[in-house]
Amino acid sequence: MATVKLNNVKKVYPNGAEAVCGVSMAIENGEFIVFVGPSGCGKSTMLRMVAGLETITEGDIEIDSKVINNVSPADRDVAMVFQNYALYPHMTVRGNMAYGLKNRGLAKAEINTKVTEAAKMLKIDDYLDRQPNQLSGGQRQRVAMGRAIVREPKVFLFDEPLSNLDAKLRVQMRIEIKRLQRRMGVTSIYVTHDQTEAMTLADRLAVINDGRIEQMGAPIELYNNPKTLFVASFIGAPHINLIPARFENKKLVCGNLKLSGFKNLPEDIELVLGIRPDFLRPDTKGQLEIQVDLVEQHGADNLIYGALKNSSNDTELCFKTMQNTLPDIDSNLKLKFEQKHAMVFNKSTGERLI
Amino acid sequence: MKRVQFEHSTIPYLFIAPQIAIIAIFFIWPAGQAIHQSFLLEDAFGLSSQFVWFRNYVDTIGDAAWLQAAWFTTIFSALVTFLSLGIALLLAVKANEVIRGASTYKTTLMWAYAIAPPVAGLMGNLMFHPLIGDLYKFFNAIGWDFNHKLDSFDAGFVVVLIAVWKQVSVNFIFFLSGLQGISKAVNEAALMDCKSPTRRFWTITFPLLAPTTFFLMVINITYAFFETFGIIDTTTGGAPGGSTNTLVYKVFQDGFRGADLGGSSAQSVVLMIIVLALTIIQFRFIERKVHY
Amino acid sequence: MKNINWRLASNHLILLIGVIFMSLPVWVAFSTSTHTAETILREGLQFWPGSNFIETYREVMFEEAGVMKSVLGITMLKNSLILGIGFAVGKVIISMLAAYAIVYFRFKLATPLFWIIFLTLLLPLEVRIIPSYEIVAGLGLLDTNFGLIVPLIASATGTFYFRQFFKSIPDELLEAARLDGASPWRFFVDMLIPLSKTMIAAILIIMFVVGWNQYLWPLIMTTKEENYTLVIGIKQIYQILSEGGELPQYQKAFALTIMATLPPVLVVLFFQNWFVKGLVESEK
Repeated sequence: MATVKLNNVKKVYPNGAEAVCGVSMAIENGEFIVFVGPSGCGKSTMLRMVAGLETITEGDIEIDSKVINNVSPADRDVAMVFQNYALYPHMTVRGNMAYGLKNRGLAKAEINTKVTEAAKMLKIDDYLDRQPNQLSGGQRQRVAMGRAIVREPKVFLFDEPLSNLDAKLRVQMRIEIKRLQRRMGVTSIYVTHDQTEAMTLADRLAVINDGRIEQMGAPIELYNNPKTLFVASFIGAPHINLIPARFENKKLVCGNLKLSGFKNLPEDIELVLGIRPDFLRPDTKGQLEIQVDLVEQHGADNLIYGALKNSSNDTELCFKTMQNTLPDIDSNLKLKFEQKHAMVFNKSTGERLI
Repeated sequence: MKRVQFEHSTIPYLFIAPQIAIIAIFFIWPAGQAIHQSFLLEDAFGLSSQFVWFRNYVDTIGDAAWLQAAWFTTIFSALVTFLSLGIALLLAVKANEVIRGASTYKTTLMWAYAIAPPVAGLMGNLMFHPLIGDLYKFFNAIGWDFNHKLDSFDAGFVVVLIAVWKQVSVNFIFFLSGLQGISKAVNEAALMDCKSPTRRFWTITFPLLAPTTFFLMVINITYAFFETFGIIDTTTGGAPGGSTNTLVYKVFQDGFRGADLGGSSAQSVVLMIIVLALTIIQFRFIERKVHY
Repeated sequence: MKNINWRLASNHLILLIGVIFMSLPVWVAFSTSTHTAETILREGLQFWPGSNFIETYREVMFEEAGVMKSVLGITMLKNSLILGIGFAVGKVIISMLAAYAIVYFRFKLATPLFWIIFLTLLLPLEVRIIPSYEIVAGLGLLDTNFGLIVPLIASATGTFYFRQFFKSIPDELLEAARLDGASPWRFFVDMLIPLSKTMIAAILIIMFVVGWNQYLWPLIMTTKEENYTLVIGIKQIYQILSEGGELPQYQKAFALTIMATLPPVLVVLFFQNWFVKGLVESEK
């Protein structure tokens, strides 16, 4: 249990590449924070700086109000779960879990108790005497977590731990991790590139892009109120519908399409209109007309894709529907959206205007 | 084995024939000859030979000179293996840790692999030369009455030093590669679990190097037994008094110089058996424990 | 912070000592070889190069040496090159063929033949040295290149390297080739050999060094001085240079040493990456 603070943290590599460009955040006790973003955005680097595996070029990191920039990883009281598990191949599961405790000088009996407890929690107590190469991916993942749990650290760090598991296992483990964290109440920082994981696990979410935080907040906040185009595009599945447009004569114009209901937008710049698939509905009075070209049936809900008609370019729109009657391919359909669900962004800066 | 193979009656035999032919003529036949010869005793002129059963063997094992050579070989192998592995490991670990100058260090530490043992021996010989050798003068200057031509300990020292020197490069290459084969993530996990670098080395790095170490032990012992022939021949020649004879060198001396074909053949066969036994022991008992 | 610097400094120190330990002997040998005999006798081994470089090396390469005064440095160089290259090429050819047979074919004697080949790994030449000599002499192959190179090729090291390598090539390749109607020979020539290029290069380099550095076998089976390779020639010549009536010619002795060392060292340095890869791939 601890607070973690990042104060204007920067990471610049010797070759001049800036991986992290001045990031600040305050993490409360027991919070589950997720860093999410595309590959190479700097999220792992940030995590590793908290762990002590990367040096901090500028700024500082505090754990429980103590600056830990120059403290060695083993002394920071943080535990990490690696993407490739990083289990010690030559030790048994028990050995792997006990190693950190042994080095900290705990008594044998105490180590045993802790290891057995953690193993039971993760349901790996049957494997304690096996070696990593005798375990499946999912089992190894649990051992990696067991190794972290047993240390009862101030902070848990997760570096894309589920990326190497198959889809079904991933969903299962995701739920287990969330439950475990809630039960143990340990402050956790979790890195992933998968927005679904991010949305479901996080108390608060930080969307990272090019070494900077685009937006940080509760998942639903980021979903409903993205501050930038990047956040709006990254969060939410399926992908938000984006229509390039301009504001002319008090209307939002896209090719032959003229949409009213928008006010006070700058006129001479490229804009993007964003509407989430959940907020488009077939309606004879709809503002947008599409020609259906693909229907994806997911069981409970279905995704319909179609090309926007009368637009200046080939924009594909997607909407979600629960109806049992599905439109025919190549049929024309009118879609309606509520004004309150429409978002307008500045195309070049990404800033949200409406 | 591959699960997909050709089924052909003659082609594989054709392909494998050259190697088998050479092995048959230059390996099996000589080995057979050696065994055959070991049961014979030739007269002084090599004109007739007498079948003497195991007498040559008995003579060999009872021979004080042979026992001395066996003893020396054991100590020599152990020292050379241990020292050259230790030095190479130390250098490999350090070379793996530094960033600046890493490739220069690696290149300069590696190239000695290309030097032939006898050449190394000759260079060493000159360095220890009474007239011009700096090492000779150095040791005498610090109070060690150094004379490798007369004193068997000094002679042994010279031979061990040169043998170790030559072997460090090979071991270095393999240790370095072994170290680089340990996954970065495992090293990082260790960084977070253990503060002391020394402790990390002995509990994580060294055990994970075990397959490499085992492999190198086999190579080094083979080297010490056999390839050091070149070093001994160009430095001490087994002197003084046969105290720096290894078993292999003795085979050569007795056979070629001493013309004792029966005896040296028996020694060859005994040597073959020793090496086979060592190999079996190494593979049976150690190899399994060492692979993950 | 201070801790890191100490550690780094000690690392570099250890490495420097290692480098000096490994390089000094050869450096001294080179430097000494570039001085005159008188200088060496007067002052002992030299640490800095002198001015006699060209003189010494010219004499060593082109003047007759040896007991019979019949062999030139450059002749020995030639012999060493023939041995090195012949050995390397011979080894590669034989090993590739044998490894191909073992890995890709199912045939009756496969297992026993494999074990026979394996056996040669355990028992090097030194153990069967005398009968090998007798056989070669009996076949009239003493003092010939054939007799020098061929018996050395017997051992299995090359075969094992290639065997490991072939095993790592995906099965799908053979399946696709068979579907395309490739005969075993075609598969070998059109697929396997091109795929093995880096391996072949690495093995050639290593075997060149091994062949060049051969000592015991050439020592025994060359009786005429003009057939000496550098590596064995220097031993004989050392004795003469050091003990022959006139001024001991240590600088020539060292020069010969450098020449005996130079080609393999150059090969190792220039092709370092391939060579390390080849060595390391062999870990069975």
